[in-house]
Parts: sequence; structure tokens; C-alpha cells
Amino acid sequence: MNLWIRGGRLIDPANNTDTITDLHIHDGKVVAIGPYDGTSATVIDAKGLIVCPGFVDLSVSLRKQQKASVSAESRAAAAGGITSMCCLPDTSPVIDSSSAATLVQDLAHQAGFCNVWPIGALTQGLAGSQLSEMGTLKEAGCIGMSNLRQPFENTRVLLRCLEYAASYNVMVFFNPVEHSLADDGCVHEGPFATRLGLKGVPETAETVALTRDLLLVEQTGVRAHFGQLTCARSVDLIANAQKRGLPVTADVCIHHLLGTEADIQNFNSLNHIQPPLRTQRDREALQRGVQDGIISAICSHHHPHPMSAKMAPFAATEPGISTLDTLLPQSLKLVENNVLTLTQMIERLTCGPAQAANLKSGSLAVGDIADICIFDADEDWLVSAETLNSSGHNTPLMGTELRGRVKHTLLAGRQVYPLRS
Amino acid sequence: MKQLAESPQLQLTEQGQLRHFLTIEGLSKTLLTEILDTADSFISMEQQSVKKVPLLRGKTVVNLFFEASTRTRTTFELAAKRLSADVINLDISTSATSKGETLLDMLKNLEAMASDMFVVRHANSGAAHFIAEQVTPNIAIINAGDGRHAHPTQAMLDMLTIRRHKGDFENLSVAIVGDVLHSRVARSQIHALKILGVPDIRIITPNTLRPFDIESMGVTVYNRMIEGLAGADVVITLRLQNERMESALLPSQHEFYRLYGLSADKLKYAKPDAIVMHPGPINRGVEIDSEIADGSQSVILNQVSYGIAVRMAVMSMAMSGQTTQAQENHGAEVSP
Repeated sequence: MNLWIRGGRLIDPANNTDTITDLHIHDGKVVAIGPYDGTSATVIDAKGLIVCPGFVDLSVSLRKQQKASVSAESRAAAAGGITSMCCLPDTSPVIDSSSAATLVQDLAHQAGFCNVWPIGALTQGLAGSQLSEMGTLKEAGCIGMSNLRQPFENTRVLLRCLEYAASYNVMVFFNPVEHSLADDGCVHEGPFATRLGLKGVPETAETVALTRDLLLVEQTGVRAHFGQLTCARSVDLIANAQKRGLPVTADVCIHHLLGTEADIQNFNSLNHIQPPLRTQRDREALQRGVQDGIISAICSHHHPHPMSAKMAPFAATEPGISTLDTLLPQSLKLVENNVLTLTQMIERLTCGPAQAANLKSGSLAVGDIADICIFDADEDWLVSAETLNSSGHNTPLMGTELRGRVKHTLLAGRQVYPLRS
Repeated sequence: MKQLAESPQLQLTEQGQLRHFLTIEGLSKTLLTEILDTADSFISMEQQSVKKVPLLRGKTVVNLFFEASTRTRTTFELAAKRLSADVINLDISTSATSKGETLLDMLKNLEAMASDMFVVRHANSGAAHFIAEQVTPNIAIINAGDGRHAHPTQAMLDMLTIRRHKGDFENLSVAIVGDVLHSRVARSQIHALKILGVPDIRIITPNTLRPFDIESMGVTVYNRMIEGLAGADVVITLRLQNERMESALLPSQHEFYRLYGLSADKLKYAKPDAIVMHPGPINRGVEIDSEIADGSQSVILNQVSYGIAVRMAVMSMAMSGQTTQAQENHGAEVSP
């Protein structure tokens, strides 16, 4: 199939491109960049729109490995301009076997909206005591392993996991948390937690674990990625590790770049997330980290829930925000607030995460697979039950107007959003 | 689900009357004074032995206690009965309703039974807010204690005790001693003292029982009794739960009593006419010495009797606000 994307502003940070041009797609790949040659082809008119690589999301919770939920969430990803997402291992069933890893990829493939890359469990059942079959999981398509925010039985188990992973060049995704310090807290330990009488998670719950993890990464030489960091000090720790030459990358989720602990006022359970929203100072440090490239990726940290999961007193509600549909307009707020340039924003959503997770995407050079997002940076839209594609309507943005909307998403040259009827 | 963030004045009507009583935070000095004045009027009524007033006649008050409490529930029940309401007591074990949906179903059922007011105690901070905002907004919700967050009627009866013994709030030094970290009472007291104009609010506690950045609520923190009690007009001791000894927060009851227990040798640093308060129930010999609890400076039993009047005041005011709001809403529907 022959396709031309005409007249759009192509921003492709992986190839230092920012120019108004046409793109020729054939057989799922970019075959030419330059003026339309007049051959007969399907044409997408992208005048006034931005054309960039499809977004790569390093942290998506799919909850259930069922046809309906994988299909719904990957469709929401496509509507959000995301063409590759990393699926966390805490699905039901847990991704700690090759069959579970294969199942989620099969379901995603059948749905056909978005590439889904499973992250395997670092320990069996995420229970923190026994190594998972990392070699087998890697062969079954897992791009790395993670124990998420689940505790390890002891630090020795963690060390063994890292040693074993390093033997097979398996990447480890960390979500640093020292459980004895987090102590079932549900919000940032700060003045808002104190006023509301909610149990806080101190900053040190993250930084103590991160410090330990970095020392173990140094000892074992494992390739490490730190996900959804929340604290100013964590950015310093990562910067320091990178300066010392450790093989370490990091991401932050969009909520922590925009929100603070103040968002939990009035017990707003829609802003109940883990790790929790922290202080303004932390938010500014994370923004600077993303600016400087110490943090090379922005992720959605998407957690879809039925509304009943949010209908309880704050601490009893499930943490998490449904985010796939709103990742682009929320990220554009960083551009509007002069935190990032448009090119930087796209970089942190495309080649930044792709390189961190060692994925062959996030680039639109000639010969690359045509995973493409075409968006209008100025179109306003209302977040409502009708406009959301995710099965989870648990977003504090419900009823608000956002700026920036995906117009077309192409997966290997095939339009997956909007669907042509 | 409505946007929680859009309702900072959840507990007030459009005219600023009370319609729920969830927290002291955000209420005006005028409103708190109105509660105290109304409670005062019920107390003089008690002295004339007018036991009952018809303010809540024909109304049904449901005491919803998800956390065990005999004392608080009893005073709410007495208050409701003296207002001529019908009272239903429901003690619900938290385990049976720990999941949100079960709680929702039960509340909806009670609402359908034409209840007018829920008095709610729950182990989770924000439980009363949640019910008022998301579940049954047309029923007046009185918070009888939610997690570590708030216990506003207790704080108001403490304010009434202080006003009746000290006259006003303008020049007072008030010291709150003990386990502030786990205390909803202390949080509500701090808000109330602040709003009513107390210039010097002190917390005396070891750092393990001190909430993070409690100074942001406008208090000064002391680790030592001698410094914290110096020149205080009011000393409030908080109940120390035995569990605190088990989670590496305190070494022992013995040491806590030595360092923070209110005894004659420590109380002498406060003003000679300082009053001693305690929200009850008292652990004698742990946070307070028997001699002090039963001594001439103690107003602990007065607190208990004022508790009924304050709850009568809050219940009648909230019911009146809720009724006004309902009439206005109804009016708005009739004439669009």
C-alpha cells in the first residue's frame, strides 16, 4: 500500500528533523521524505499538523489479560498517538511465564491497534523471593524485567536477581520503594497529608531504595531503568550515577510533571496515585531533569479502573489515573509552560523512551517502520465519557477542556486511529 | 462521579449556613461562635431542667459507627433525643464494609428509609466527606471522627470548655500534649483554636509522634514539657493508645509518663490558674496523673457534660441548613 502524508511539519528528534515536508510510506515503512512525486496513492493532508514518530509509553497497566481489556486499552493508546506501549507484569495472570508473555502479545496483535511489549516479572508471581525464568521470558518477547513496587524478601534476593539478569543481558526496570518507610502510606508525607490525616509516604521511601538499587546496579553491571521517579533528590542521584558512567536511564510519569501534593485536597481520590504526587520543589526538579535529559522519557503510568474503585474513603480507593487518552495534551502543557520545547517534548515521548527500553521505534528515517502520530497542537477538546477511549474513566481531567488532539495514528503504515468505517 | 475538587464549601449552604459538619477547617469565626452560643443556650436550658426541645421532632438520626465507641455514640444519642429526634444506632464492624461498594449499598438503603441525618464514625480519614459528597448529599452528615483527620464536635466542646472557664480566646496560650500524630482530636482543636484567635498554640511531643510539618498548621512544637508548658493557660493531654508501644514509636509507657505524663511537678510550670483538659477516656498514670485528673485544675468532667450541648447545637444547625437548602433546591426546580 502506497501512502503519502502531505504538508505536515515533520518533527523527528531522533534524526534532528524539524521541517515542513511530505512523507512517503510503502509496505509499512518510510520510503521517502520529500516533495510528493504525484504517483497514485492514498493521501493524508497534514497541513497545519505535526507529524512525528508514534509515542512510546514505558508504563501501562493493562490489568487483565483478556481480549476485551487489551483491545480497549490498546485502542485508547492508538487514539492517544501511542504506537508502542510497555505492559507491566502485574496483569492477571502475572507475566512470569512464557505463556503469559505470549498471551498478551497475541491479544494485542489480534486487536491490532498498538505494539505491546511485555515487561516480565523479576521474581515469580512478583512475590520477591524466587527468581523468575528470565531467559525464557526474554525469548518470549519480554523487553526487560521488573518487580514493580512489590517488596523483595530481602536485599540478597534483589542482588541475585540483578546478577542473574546481567548474565543474560536482561534489562531491569526499577520502581524504587523502601516498604518499611512507605508503610502503607497513600499520599506524600507533607503538610497536606498532615491536615487530611492521611498516612504519608516520605521522600526517603524512594531515595533510600534508589540509593541501594544504584549501588547494586554498580556492583552487578546490570542495565537499569528507573521508572516514575517523584523526588528532587532522585533526579540528583540519577544524574550522579550517569556521570559516573553507570548504564542507567530514567522516566517520570506525566502526573508528577504537572501535579503536586495539593491536588489531594478535599480527599480527591481521582488524584490518588502510587507513587504519590509530591511537592512543588520536587515537580520543578523533575521538570528540570526532563529538560536536561537526565530523565529521558515521559510515560503515562496509565491505570484504568472502574469508577467503583474510586468510590470509597481516600485511603481505601485504588491508586491510579487513566491517562492514555490525555498523554499528548497533558505533555503539551509542558511546552505551553516553557518547560520543554515542542521538539524536546516529542523526544521524551518517542526516541527517549525507545532508546531507554532498547526498542526499534521512535524514529522516522527512510527505512524505518512507519509508526506515526499526526496531531493538531491547537485543537481543543472536552474530556468526557464520550471522548475517552480507555475503559477507565478515572481521570481528574473529566469535564475539563484540553488543548492538543491526535488526528491520525499509523501503525506500520496502517491507520489505526481514527478507524475508517 | 462529581469532581471532588470543586466543593471546598461542601459543608455549607449557599448562604453560608452549616448543612453538614465534617471539619473545622475552613469555617469562619462567626460560625464557630454561633455553635458555641447555641450550645451555651442549651446548657442554661439544662440548668432550668428543660430536658427536651422540639428542634428535630419527626426527624430520624442514624448513628453510623464503623468504629467502636460507647462514649461518643452515647452523647450523640442523648443529644438527638433531647432534640426530640428518632434515633437508630448502627454499629457496623469495619471488616464487613471495608470495600467501598458495600458501604455505598448500605448508605443508599438507609437513605431510602427516609433518614435525615447520619452521625458517622469511621477508621478512614475522609469517610464523612466521601459520604456527604458522593453518597447521600441530601442527608446531613455529622462527622463523629474519621481516621486521623477530624473530630470536630470534640474540638467544639473543648472550645466551649475553654470559653466558659477563660472567658475568651484572644490572649491564651494553649498546650496540646502527647500523641498528635494519630490524633484527629488534636487536628480539629488546632483549627478551632486558630480560627477563634488563640495567639499561642503549642504541641508538646517527641518527634516520633509529631506529624510532618505540623508547624504549617500554625503551631509551635516543643519536645520538652518544661519549655512547652511554661506560662500555659490551658493544658490538653491526649489519650495514648497502647499500640504505640509496639511500632517503635515509644520505648515504654514508663518513659512516656516520666517525660510527657501530666503530673504536679510538670503542671507547676503552667500558669497557676491553668485548666487541664482531656478528650477521654483517660489512661491514668500514662498521659496524666490521677491526682491531676481529679484535681482542682481539671475540667475533664465539664467537657463531658458540654459535649451533649455542643452536639445538640451542631445537629440542630446542620438540620436547619439542610432543610433550607432542600427548600431552595425544590424552589429552583419549580421555577426554572
